[in-house]
Amino acid sequence: MTTKETHSKEFKRPDGRKPDELRKITAKVGIIPNADGSAMFSFGDTVAIAAVYGPKKMHPQHSQNPEKGTLRCNYNMLSFSVSERIRPGPSRRSTEISKITEWALEPVLMINDFQGNVVDVHISILQANASTRCAGINAAVMALAHAGIPMKNLVSSVSIGKLDKQLVVDLIKEEEDWEEGEGATDIPITFTADGKITHIQLDGKITKKQLKEAIELARESCKKIYEIQKKALKEVGEEK
Amino acid sequence: MIETSELTAERIKEYLNLGKRFDDRKLDEFREIVIETGVSKNAEGSARVKVGKTEVLVGVKMDVSEPYPDSQDKGNLMVTAELLPLSSPRFEYGPPQFDAIELARVIDRGIRESKFIQLEKLCIKEGEKVWTVFIDIYTMNDDGNLFDAAWLGAIAALKTAKIPKYEEKEEKVIYGERTKDNVPLAEYVPISLTVYKIGNNLIVDPTKEEEDIRETRVTVCSSDGTIFSMQKGNVKELSVEEFSNILDLVEKTEREIFKKIEKNLK
Repeated sequence: MTTKETHSKEFKRPDGRKPDELRKITAKVGIIPNADGSAMFSFGDTVAIAAVYGPKKMHPQHSQNPEKGTLRCNYNMLSFSVSERIRPGPSRRSTEISKITEWALEPVLMINDFQGNVVDVHISILQANASTRCAGINAAVMALAHAGIPMKNLVSSVSIGKLDKQLVVDLIKEEEDWEEGEGATDIPITFTADGKITHIQLDGKITKKQLKEAIELARESCKKIYEIQKKALKEVGEEK
Repeated sequence: MIETSELTAERIKEYLNLGKRFDDRKLDEFREIVIETGVSKNAEGSARVKVGKTEVLVGVKMDVSEPYPDSQDKGNLMVTAELLPLSSPRFEYGPPQFDAIELARVIDRGIRESKFIQLEKLCIKEGEKVWTVFIDIYTMNDDGNLFDAAWLGAIAALKTAKIPKYEEKEEKVIYGERTKDNVPLAEYVPISLTVYKIGNNLIVDPTKEEEDIRETRVTVCSSDGTIFSMQKGNVKELSVEEFSNILDLVEKTEREIFKKIEKNLK
Protein backbone atom coordinates (compact mmCIF):
# COMPACT_ATOMS: atom_id res chain seq x y z
CA MET A 1 0.00 0.00 0.00
CA THR A 2 1.36 3.42 -0.95
CA THR A 3 -0.59 5.27 1.67
CA LYS A 4 1.45 4.24 4.68
CA GLU A 5 2.13 7.75 5.94
CA THR A 6 -1.54 8.44 6.49
CA HIS A 7 -2.39 5.00 7.80
CA SER A 8 -1.77 5.31 11.49
CA LYS A 9 -2.25 1.88 12.96
CA GLU A 10 -3.96 3.26 16.06
CA PHE A 11 -6.79 4.99 14.22
CA LYS A 12 -10.11 3.69 15.48
CA ARG A 13 -13.09 3.65 13.15
CA PRO A 14 -16.53 3.70 14.78
CA ASP A 15 -17.30 0.18 13.56
CA GLY A 16 -13.82 -1.21 14.30
CA ARG A 17 -12.70 -1.62 10.67
CA LYS A 18 -9.14 -1.04 9.50
CA PRO A 19 -8.72 2.15 7.43
CA ASP A 20 -8.53 0.23 4.14
CA GLU A 21 -11.18 -2.34 5.05
CA LEU A 22 -14.43 -2.43 3.10
CA ARG A 23 -17.68 -3.39 4.79
CA LYS A 24 -19.05 -6.83 4.03
CA ILE A 25 -20.12 -6.83 0.40
CA THR A 26 -22.94 -8.90 -1.06
CA ALA A 27 -23.71 -8.96 -4.75
CA LYS A 28 -26.44 -10.85 -6.50
CA VAL A 29 -27.52 -10.83 -10.13
CA GLY A 30 -31.01 -11.55 -11.46
CA ILE A 31 -33.41 -10.39 -8.74
CA ILE A 32 -36.26 -8.77 -10.70
CA PRO A 33 -38.01 -11.18 -13.10
CA ASN A 34 -39.64 -8.45 -15.22
CA ALA A 35 -36.36 -6.66 -15.97
CA ASP A 36 -33.98 -7.39 -18.85
CA GLY A 37 -31.16 -7.31 -16.31
CA SER A 38 -31.06 -6.74 -12.56
CA ALA A 39 -28.71 -6.85 -9.60
CA MET A 40 -28.37 -6.12 -5.90
CA PHE A 41 -25.19 -4.72 -4.35
CA SER A 42 -24.60 -3.90 -0.71
CA PHE A 43 -21.86 -2.36 1.41
CA GLY A 44 -22.88 -3.49 4.90
CA ASP A 45 -26.19 -1.80 5.69
CA THR A 46 -26.30 0.15 2.43
CA VAL A 47 -28.39 -1.84 -0.03
CA ALA A 48 -28.93 -0.85 -3.67
CA ILE A 49 -30.86 -2.65 -6.37
CA ALA A 50 -30.80 -1.89 -10.06
CA ALA A 51 -32.95 -2.96 -12.98
CA VAL A 52 -32.29 -2.47 -16.69
CA TYR A 53 -35.00 -2.19 -19.33
CA GLY A 54 -33.89 -1.96 -22.93
CA PRO A 55 -32.50 -1.21 -25.39
CA LYS A 56 -35.94 -0.02 -26.52
CA LYS A 57 -37.28 2.79 -28.72
CA MET A 58 -36.88 6.17 -27.06
CA HIS A 59 -40.10 8.07 -26.38
CA PRO A 60 -40.86 10.87 -26.96
CA GLN A 61 -39.42 10.80 -30.44
CA HIS A 62 -37.75 14.20 -30.17
CA SER A 63 -35.49 12.82 -27.41
CA GLN A 64 -34.09 10.19 -29.77
CA ASN A 65 -30.46 10.49 -30.71
CA PRO A 66 -30.05 9.46 -34.37
CA GLU A 67 -26.30 9.00 -33.93
CA LYS A 68 -26.07 6.69 -30.94
CA GLY A 69 -28.01 4.95 -28.21
CA THR A 70 -28.92 6.80 -25.00
CA LEU A 71 -28.24 5.69 -21.45
CA ARG A 72 -30.79 6.95 -18.94
CA CYS A 73 -30.25 6.38 -15.21
CA ASN A 74 -32.57 7.07 -12.35
CA TYR A 75 -31.43 6.98 -8.74
CA ASN A 76 -34.16 6.84 -6.14
CA MET A 77 -34.11 6.46 -2.35
CA LEU A 78 -37.08 4.70 -0.80
CA SER A 79 -38.79 6.95 1.72
CA PHE A 80 -38.01 4.62 4.62
CA SER A 81 -34.39 3.88 3.66
CA VAL A 82 -33.09 6.61 5.99
CA SER A 83 -33.90 7.41 9.61
CA GLU A 84 -35.86 10.59 8.88
CA ARG A 85 -38.43 9.78 6.20
CA ILE A 86 -37.81 11.44 2.85
CA ARG A 87 -40.66 12.46 0.60
CA PRO A 88 -41.13 9.92 -2.16
CA GLY A 89 -40.24 11.13 -5.64
CA PRO A 90 -37.33 12.98 -7.24
CA SER A 91 -35.28 15.65 -5.48
CA ARG A 92 -32.41 17.90 -6.56
CA ARG A 93 -29.99 15.48 -4.95
CA SER A 94 -31.39 12.40 -6.67
CA THR A 95 -31.49 14.20 -10.02
CA GLU A 96 -27.79 14.99 -9.76
CA ILE A 97 -26.83 11.50 -8.64
CA SER A 98 -28.79 10.05 -11.56
CA LYS A 99 -26.71 12.10 -13.99
CA ILE A 100 -23.43 11.33 -12.21
CA THR A 101 -24.31 7.65 -12.47
CA GLU A 102 -24.86 7.96 -16.23
CA TRP A 103 -21.48 9.63 -16.60
CA ALA A 104 -19.82 6.96 -14.48
CA LEU A 105 -21.25 4.14 -16.60
CA GLU A 106 -21.30 5.47 -20.15
CA PRO A 107 -17.55 5.28 -20.89
CA VAL A 108 -17.64 1.47 -20.73
CA LEU A 109 -20.90 0.96 -22.63
CA MET A 110 -20.90 0.24 -26.35
CA ILE A 111 -24.30 1.59 -27.31
CA ASN A 112 -23.26 3.61 -30.35
CA ASP A 113 -25.08 1.19 -32.64
CA PHE A 114 -28.39 1.58 -30.77
CA GLN A 115 -29.42 4.73 -32.66
CA GLY A 116 -32.80 6.06 -31.57
CA ASN A 117 -32.92 3.63 -28.63
CA VAL A 118 -32.61 4.02 -24.90
CA VAL A 119 -31.27 1.80 -22.16
CA ASP A 120 -33.03 2.58 -18.88
CA VAL A 121 -31.31 1.88 -15.57
CA HIS A 122 -33.47 2.21 -12.47
CA ILE A 123 -31.66 2.27 -9.13
CA SER A 124 -33.42 2.08 -5.79
CA ILE A 125 -31.79 2.39 -2.38
CA LEU A 126 -33.62 0.05 0.00
CA GLN A 127 -31.56 0.81 3.06
CA ALA A 128 -28.99 3.55 3.50
CA ASN A 129 -25.89 3.93 5.62
CA ALA A 130 -23.77 6.23 3.39
CA SER A 131 -22.03 5.41 0.08
CA THR A 132 -25.41 4.88 -1.60
CA ARG A 133 -24.37 6.30 -4.98
CA CYS A 134 -21.36 3.97 -5.08
CA ALA A 135 -23.51 0.95 -4.23
CA GLY A 136 -25.99 2.12 -6.89
CA ILE A 137 -23.31 2.35 -9.58
CA ASN A 138 -21.95 -1.08 -8.65
CA ALA A 139 -25.42 -2.62 -8.87
CA ALA A 140 -26.18 -0.77 -12.13
CA VAL A 141 -23.14 -1.99 -14.01
CA MET A 142 -23.90 -5.58 -13.00
CA ALA A 143 -27.51 -5.20 -14.14
CA LEU A 144 -26.30 -3.81 -17.49
CA ALA A 145 -23.99 -6.78 -17.95
CA HIS A 146 -26.82 -9.12 -16.98
CA ALA A 147 -29.05 -7.49 -19.60
CA GLY A 148 -26.41 -8.27 -22.20
CA ILE A 149 -25.69 -4.65 -23.09
CA PRO A 150 -22.34 -4.68 -24.93
CA MET A 151 -19.65 -3.21 -22.75
CA LYS A 152 -15.86 -2.92 -22.77
CA ASN A 153 -15.44 -3.45 -19.08
CA LEU A 154 -17.07 -3.27 -15.68
CA VAL A 155 -16.78 -0.26 -13.41
CA SER A 156 -16.46 -0.36 -9.63
CA SER A 157 -17.23 2.44 -7.24
CA VAL A 158 -16.17 3.22 -3.68
CA SER A 159 -16.20 6.17 -1.31
CA ILE A 160 -12.97 7.33 0.24
CA GLY A 161 -13.13 9.48 3.34
CA LYS A 162 -10.69 11.66 5.16
CA LEU A 163 -11.55 11.76 8.85
CA ASP A 164 -9.49 14.52 10.41
CA LYS A 165 -6.18 13.53 8.74
CA GLN A 166 -6.84 9.83 8.30
CA LEU A 167 -7.85 8.27 4.98
CA VAL A 168 -10.43 5.47 5.16
CA VAL A 169 -12.43 3.49 2.60
CA ASP A 170 -16.18 2.91 2.35
CA LEU A 171 -17.65 5.53 4.67
CA ILE A 172 -20.57 4.91 7.00
CA LYS A 173 -22.99 7.63 8.12
CA GLU A 174 -21.22 8.16 11.42
CA GLU A 175 -17.97 8.83 9.55
CA GLU A 176 -19.64 11.16 7.03
CA ASP A 177 -20.67 13.29 10.01
CA TRP A 178 -17.14 13.26 11.54
CA GLU A 179 -16.50 16.53 13.37
CA GLU A 180 -13.14 16.12 15.10
CA GLY A 181 -10.05 17.90 13.77
CA GLU A 182 -10.40 18.71 10.09
CA GLY A 183 -13.78 17.01 9.93
CA ALA A 184 -14.86 14.69 7.15
CA THR A 185 -13.98 14.79 3.47
CA ASP A 186 -16.07 12.53 1.29
CA ILE A 187 -14.70 11.37 -2.08
CA PRO A 188 -16.77 8.89 -4.08
CA ILE A 189 -14.74 7.50 -6.98
CA THR A 190 -15.53 5.10 -9.80
CA PHE A 191 -12.87 3.14 -11.69
CA THR A 192 -13.06 1.01 -14.80
CA ALA A 193 -11.55 -2.44 -14.35
CA ASP A 194 -8.48 -1.25 -16.29
CA GLY A 195 -7.91 1.66 -13.95
CA LYS A 196 -9.53 4.72 -15.57
CA ILE A 197 -11.58 7.15 -13.49
CA THR A 198 -15.12 7.65 -14.78
CA HIS A 199 -16.50 9.51 -11.78
CA ILE A 200 -15.09 11.50 -8.89
CA GLN A 201 -16.67 13.95 -6.50
CA LEU A 202 -15.30 15.62 -3.42
CA ASP A 203 -16.77 17.49 -0.48
CA GLY A 204 -14.52 18.75 2.30
CA LYS A 205 -10.92 19.81 2.45
CA ILE A 206 -7.82 17.92 1.35
CA THR A 207 -4.28 18.53 0.07
CA LYS A 208 -3.20 17.50 -3.41
CA LYS A 209 -0.83 14.94 -1.95
CA GLN A 210 -3.53 13.29 0.12
CA LEU A 211 -6.01 13.35 -2.73
CA LYS A 212 -3.53 11.36 -4.82
CA GLU A 213 -3.24 8.87 -1.98
CA ALA A 214 -7.03 8.71 -1.77
CA ILE A 215 -7.24 7.87 -5.46
CA GLU A 216 -4.63 5.16 -5.04
CA LEU A 217 -6.59 3.74 -2.12
CA ALA A 218 -9.79 3.81 -4.18
CA ARG A 219 -8.05 1.96 -7.00
CA GLU A 220 -7.01 -0.86 -4.63
CA SER A 221 -10.53 -1.11 -3.16
CA CYS A 222 -12.16 -1.11 -6.58
CA LYS A 223 -10.04 -4.09 -7.59
CA LYS A 224 -11.55 -6.03 -4.68
CA ILE A 225 -15.06 -4.89 -5.57
CA TYR A 226 -14.51 -5.85 -9.21
CA GLU A 227 -13.69 -9.44 -8.23
CA ILE A 228 -16.95 -9.69 -6.27
CA GLN A 229 -19.00 -8.24 -9.14
CA LYS A 230 -17.35 -10.61 -11.61
CA LYS A 231 -18.04 -13.59 -9.36
CA ALA A 232 -21.73 -12.71 -9.00
CA LEU A 233 -22.09 -12.37 -12.77
CA LYS A 234 -20.40 -15.70 -13.36
CA GLU A 235 -22.70 -17.38 -10.85
CA VAL A 236 -25.83 -16.30 -12.70
CA GLY A 237 -24.21 -17.38 -15.97
CA GLU A 238 -23.73 -20.87 -14.58
CA GLU A 239 -27.35 -21.11 -13.39
CA LYS A 240 -28.68 -20.71 -16.91
CA MET B 1 -46.47 -1.83 -24.52
CA ILE B 2 -46.42 -5.60 -24.08
CA GLU B 3 -50.13 -5.87 -23.43
CA THR B 4 -51.61 -9.32 -23.37
CA SER B 5 -52.50 -10.37 -26.93
CA GLU B 6 -56.03 -11.16 -28.04
CA LEU B 7 -55.04 -14.71 -28.75
CA THR B 8 -53.76 -15.18 -25.21
CA ALA B 9 -56.87 -13.49 -23.87
CA GLU B 10 -59.10 -15.92 -25.77
CA ARG B 11 -57.16 -18.87 -24.50
CA ILE B 12 -57.25 -17.68 -20.87
CA LYS B 13 -61.03 -17.34 -21.13
CA GLU B 14 -61.40 -20.82 -22.65
CA TYR B 15 -59.35 -22.26 -19.82
CA LEU B 16 -61.33 -20.41 -17.14
CA ASN B 17 -64.58 -21.76 -18.56
CA LEU B 18 -63.14 -25.22 -17.92
CA GLY B 19 -62.18 -24.17 -14.39
CA LYS B 20 -58.48 -24.10 -15.26
CA ARG B 21 -55.66 -21.57 -15.33
CA PHE B 22 -52.33 -21.44 -17.19
CA ASP B 23 -50.34 -22.08 -14.02
CA ASP B 24 -52.52 -24.98 -12.92
CA ARG B 25 -54.23 -23.12 -10.10
CA LYS B 26 -57.89 -23.32 -9.24
CA LEU B 27 -59.92 -20.17 -9.84
CA ASP B 28 -60.02 -19.37 -6.13
CA GLU B 29 -56.43 -20.32 -5.40
CA PHE B 30 -53.63 -17.91 -4.47
CA ARG B 31 -50.05 -18.22 -5.63
CA GLU B 32 -47.41 -18.93 -3.00
CA ILE B 33 -47.14 -16.12 -0.46
CA VAL B 34 -43.75 -15.30 1.08
CA ILE B 35 -43.54 -12.62 3.76
CA GLU B 36 -40.23 -11.38 5.10
CA THR B 37 -40.11 -8.65 7.76
CA GLY B 38 -37.37 -6.30 8.94
CA VAL B 39 -35.98 -5.79 5.44
CA SER B 40 -34.97 -2.12 5.85
CA LYS B 41 -33.31 -1.22 9.14
CA ASN B 42 -34.04 2.50 9.18
CA ALA B 43 -37.76 1.94 8.85
CA GLU B 44 -39.82 1.59 12.04
CA GLY B 45 -41.22 -1.55 10.44
CA SER B 46 -40.82 -3.09 6.99
CA ALA B 47 -41.82 -6.08 4.92
CA ARG B 48 -41.13 -7.71 1.60
CA VAL B 49 -44.08 -9.67 0.23
CA LYS B 50 -43.94 -12.02 -2.70
CA VAL B 51 -47.11 -13.39 -4.20
CA GLY B 52 -45.86 -15.62 -6.97
CA LYS B 53 -43.61 -13.36 -9.03
CA THR B 54 -45.26 -10.18 -7.79
CA GLU B 55 -43.13 -8.45 -5.19
CA VAL B 56 -43.67 -5.32 -3.08
CA LEU B 57 -41.71 -3.58 -0.34
CA VAL B 58 -43.59 -1.73 2.38
CA GLY B 59 -42.04 0.47 5.04
CA VAL B 60 -43.55 2.22 8.06
CA LYS B 61 -42.07 5.50 9.25
CA MET B 62 -43.33 7.71 12.09
CA ASP B 63 -43.04 11.37 12.87
CA VAL B 64 -44.62 13.83 15.29
CA SER B 65 -46.78 16.54 13.79
CA GLU B 66 -49.99 18.51 14.28
CA PRO B 67 -53.28 16.64 14.17
CA TYR B 68 -55.78 17.21 11.39
CA PRO B 69 -58.47 19.79 12.25
CA ASP B 70 -61.20 17.10 12.29
CA SER B 71 -59.32 14.65 14.51
CA GLN B 72 -57.61 16.65 17.21
CA ASP B 73 -57.05 13.69 19.53
CA LYS B 74 -55.96 11.07 17.01
CA GLY B 75 -52.78 10.16 15.22
CA ASN B 76 -52.51 10.68 11.46
CA LEU B 77 -52.22 8.02 8.83
CA MET B 78 -50.67 8.56 5.43
CA VAL B 79 -50.34 5.88 2.78
CA THR B 80 -48.42 6.38 -0.45
CA ALA B 81 -47.69 3.96 -3.27
CA GLU B 82 -45.12 4.20 -6.01
CA LEU B 83 -45.19 1.98 -9.06
CA LEU B 84 -41.45 2.00 -9.60
CA PRO B 85 -40.29 1.79 -13.24
CA LEU B 86 -37.79 -0.70 -11.82
CA SER B 87 -40.62 -3.19 -11.35
CA SER B 88 -42.21 -3.26 -14.79
CA PRO B 89 -41.54 -2.09 -18.36
CA ARG B 90 -44.98 -0.47 -18.24
CA PHE B 91 -44.28 1.96 -15.40
CA GLU B 92 -42.79 5.37 -16.02
CA TYR B 93 -41.47 8.23 -13.94
CA GLY B 94 -43.45 11.32 -13.29
CA PRO B 95 -46.12 12.44 -10.87
CA PRO B 96 -48.18 9.54 -9.49
CA GLN B 97 -50.64 8.27 -12.08
CA PHE B 98 -54.14 7.13 -11.27
CA ASP B 99 -53.14 3.49 -10.66
CA ALA B 100 -50.68 4.42 -7.93
CA ILE B 101 -53.10 6.86 -6.33
CA GLU B 102 -55.91 4.31 -6.31
CA LEU B 103 -53.67 1.63 -4.85
CA ALA B 104 -52.61 3.90 -1.99
CA ARG B 105 -56.15 5.06 -1.31
CA VAL B 106 -57.64 1.57 -1.27
CA ILE B 107 -54.99 0.41 1.23
CA ASP B 108 -55.45 3.61 3.27
CA ARG B 109 -59.19 3.14 3.56
CA GLY B 110 -58.86 -0.52 4.47
CA ILE B 111 -56.56 0.33 7.37
CA ARG B 112 -58.51 3.40 8.45
CA GLU B 113 -62.00 1.94 8.28
CA SER B 114 -61.08 -1.38 9.87
CA LYS B 115 -59.48 0.61 12.72
CA PHE B 116 -56.51 -1.72 12.48
CA ILE B 117 -54.26 1.08 13.79
CA GLN B 118 -55.65 2.49 17.03
CA LEU B 119 -55.04 6.08 16.02
CA GLU B 120 -56.63 7.40 19.24
CA LYS B 121 -53.68 5.91 21.15
CA LEU B 122 -51.20 7.88 19.02
CA CYS B 123 -52.15 11.26 20.45
CA ILE B 124 -49.34 12.93 22.42
CA LYS B 125 -51.08 16.22 23.27
CA GLU B 126 -54.61 16.86 22.10
CA GLY B 127 -54.85 19.52 19.41
CA GLU B 128 -51.09 19.99 19.32
CA LYS B 129 -48.99 16.89 18.87
CA VAL B 130 -49.78 13.48 17.49
CA TRP B 131 -47.86 10.70 15.76
CA THR B 132 -48.17 10.40 12.02
CA VAL B 133 -47.83 6.88 10.68
CA PHE B 134 -46.52 6.78 7.11
CA ILE B 135 -47.01 3.59 5.15
CA ASP B 136 -45.02 3.70 1.93
CA ILE B 137 -45.54 1.01 -0.68
CA TYR B 138 -43.03 0.34 -3.46
CA THR B 139 -43.46 -2.23 -6.21
CA MET B 140 -40.43 -4.40 -6.97
CA ASN B 141 -41.90 -6.70 -9.62
CA ASP B 142 -45.42 -6.47 -10.99
CA ASP B 143 -46.92 -9.76 -12.06
CA GLY B 144 -50.49 -8.91 -11.16
CA ASN B 145 -52.55 -8.35 -8.00
CA LEU B 146 -50.54 -5.51 -6.48
CA PHE B 147 -53.57 -4.61 -4.35
CA ASP B 148 -53.46 -7.76 -2.24
CA ALA B 149 -49.65 -7.96 -2.09
CA ALA B 150 -49.49 -4.34 -0.93
CA TRP B 151 -52.10 -5.01 1.74
CA LEU B 152 -50.21 -7.98 3.16
CA GLY B 153 -47.03 -5.87 3.14
CA ALA B 154 -48.73 -3.03 5.01
CA ILE B 155 -50.11 -5.39 7.66
CA ALA B 156 -46.79 -7.20 8.15
CA ALA B 157 -44.81 -3.93 8.32
CA LEU B 158 -47.22 -2.50 10.90
CA LYS B 159 -47.13 -5.67 12.99
CA THR B 160 -43.36 -5.42 13.35
CA ALA B 161 -43.07 -1.62 13.69
CA LYS B 162 -41.65 -0.09 16.88
CA ILE B 163 -42.37 3.51 17.84
CA PRO B 164 -39.26 5.73 17.84
CA LYS B 165 -38.22 7.59 20.96
CA TYR B 166 -39.75 11.04 21.41
CA GLU B 167 -38.00 13.67 23.53
CA GLU B 168 -40.90 15.67 24.88
CA LYS B 169 -38.86 18.55 26.27
CA GLU B 170 -36.95 19.18 23.08
CA GLU B 171 -39.95 18.16 20.97
CA LYS B 172 -37.71 15.95 18.89
CA VAL B 173 -37.98 12.43 17.55
CA ILE B 174 -34.80 10.45 18.24
CA TYR B 175 -34.70 8.15 15.23
CA GLY B 176 -31.67 6.11 16.20
CA GLU B 177 -33.43 4.88 19.34
CA ARG B 178 -36.62 2.91 19.22
CA THR B 179 -38.88 2.22 22.16
CA LYS B 180 -40.10 -1.30 22.83
CA ASP B 181 -43.64 -0.14 22.08
CA ASN B 182 -45.45 -1.56 19.12
CA VAL B 183 -47.72 0.58 17.04
CA PRO B 184 -51.10 0.12 18.81
CA LEU B 185 -53.08 -2.28 16.64
CA ALA B 186 -56.43 -4.01 16.83
CA GLU B 187 -56.50 -7.60 18.02
CA TYR B 188 -58.05 -8.85 14.81
CA VAL B 189 -56.22 -8.77 11.49
CA PRO B 190 -58.41 -7.52 8.66
CA ILE B 191 -57.61 -8.89 5.23
CA SER B 192 -58.12 -7.00 1.99
CA LEU B 193 -58.83 -9.17 -1.03
CA THR B 194 -59.56 -8.43 -4.65
CA VAL B 195 -61.84 -10.52 -6.83
CA TYR B 196 -61.52 -10.18 -10.61
CA LYS B 197 -64.22 -10.91 -13.14
CA ILE B 198 -63.22 -12.33 -16.52
CA GLY B 199 -66.10 -13.42 -18.77
CA ASN B 200 -68.49 -15.26 -16.47
CA ASN B 201 -65.78 -16.34 -14.07
CA LEU B 202 -64.56 -14.90 -10.81
CA ILE B 203 -60.92 -15.39 -9.86
CA VAL B 204 -58.53 -14.26 -7.15
CA ASP B 205 -54.84 -13.36 -7.38
CA PRO B 206 -54.47 -12.90 -11.14
CA THR B 207 -51.14 -12.96 -12.95
CA LYS B 208 -50.45 -9.90 -15.10
CA GLU B 209 -51.92 -11.61 -18.17
CA GLU B 210 -55.14 -12.40 -16.34
CA GLU B 211 -55.29 -8.96 -14.76
CA ASP B 212 -54.96 -7.35 -18.20
CA ILE B 213 -58.15 -8.96 -19.47
CA ARG B 214 -60.29 -8.45 -16.35
CA GLU B 215 -63.59 -6.77 -16.97
CA THR B 216 -64.04 -5.53 -13.46
CA ARG B 217 -62.62 -6.04 -9.98
CA VAL B 218 -63.83 -5.60 -6.42
CA THR B 219 -61.51 -5.08 -3.46
CA VAL B 220 -63.02 -5.91 -0.09
CA CYS B 221 -61.39 -5.36 3.30
CA SER B 222 -62.97 -7.53 5.95
CA SER B 223 -62.44 -9.58 9.07
CA ASP B 224 -64.58 -12.55 10.10
CA GLY B 225 -67.47 -11.57 7.87
CA THR B 226 -67.50 -7.90 8.84
CA ILE B 227 -66.80 -5.65 5.87
CA PHE B 228 -64.95 -2.39 6.45
CA SER B 229 -64.24 -1.00 3.02
CA MET B 230 -64.83 -1.83 -0.58
CA GLN B 231 -63.97 -0.54 -4.01
CA LYS B 232 -65.19 -1.65 -7.39
CA GLY B 233 -62.77 -0.78 -10.17
CA ASN B 234 -63.16 -0.68 -13.96
CA VAL B 235 -66.17 -0.32 -16.19
CA LYS B 236 -68.10 -3.59 -16.50
CA GLU B 237 -71.35 -3.94 -14.55
CA LEU B 238 -72.12 -6.72 -12.04
CA SER B 239 -75.42 -8.45 -11.38
CA VAL B 240 -76.65 -8.68 -7.79
CA GLU B 241 -76.05 -12.42 -7.93
CA GLU B 242 -72.49 -11.98 -9.14
CA PHE B 243 -71.89 -9.46 -6.41
CA SER B 244 -73.14 -11.85 -3.80
CA ASN B 245 -70.86 -14.55 -5.22
CA ILE B 246 -67.94 -12.15 -4.88
CA LEU B 247 -68.72 -11.64 -1.20
CA ASP B 248 -68.88 -15.40 -0.65
CA LEU B 249 -65.57 -15.89 -2.43
CA VAL B 250 -63.98 -13.14 -0.35
CA GLU B 251 -65.16 -14.69 2.90
CA LYS B 252 -63.88 -18.12 1.95
CA THR B 253 -60.53 -16.85 0.69
CA GLU B 254 -60.02 -14.49 3.63
CA ARG B 255 -59.89 -17.43 6.02
CA GLU B 256 -57.43 -19.31 3.82
CA ILE B 257 -55.14 -16.34 3.44
CA PHE B 258 -55.25 -15.65 7.15
CA LYS B 259 -54.19 -19.24 7.89
CA LYS B 260 -51.31 -18.92 5.41
CA ILE B 261 -49.92 -15.72 6.85
CA GLU B 262 -50.81 -16.12 10.53
CA LYS B 263 -47.33 -17.30 11.46
CA ASN B 264 -45.80 -14.20 9.86
CA LEU B 265 -47.87 -11.83 11.90
CA LYS B 266 -46.74 -12.75 15.40
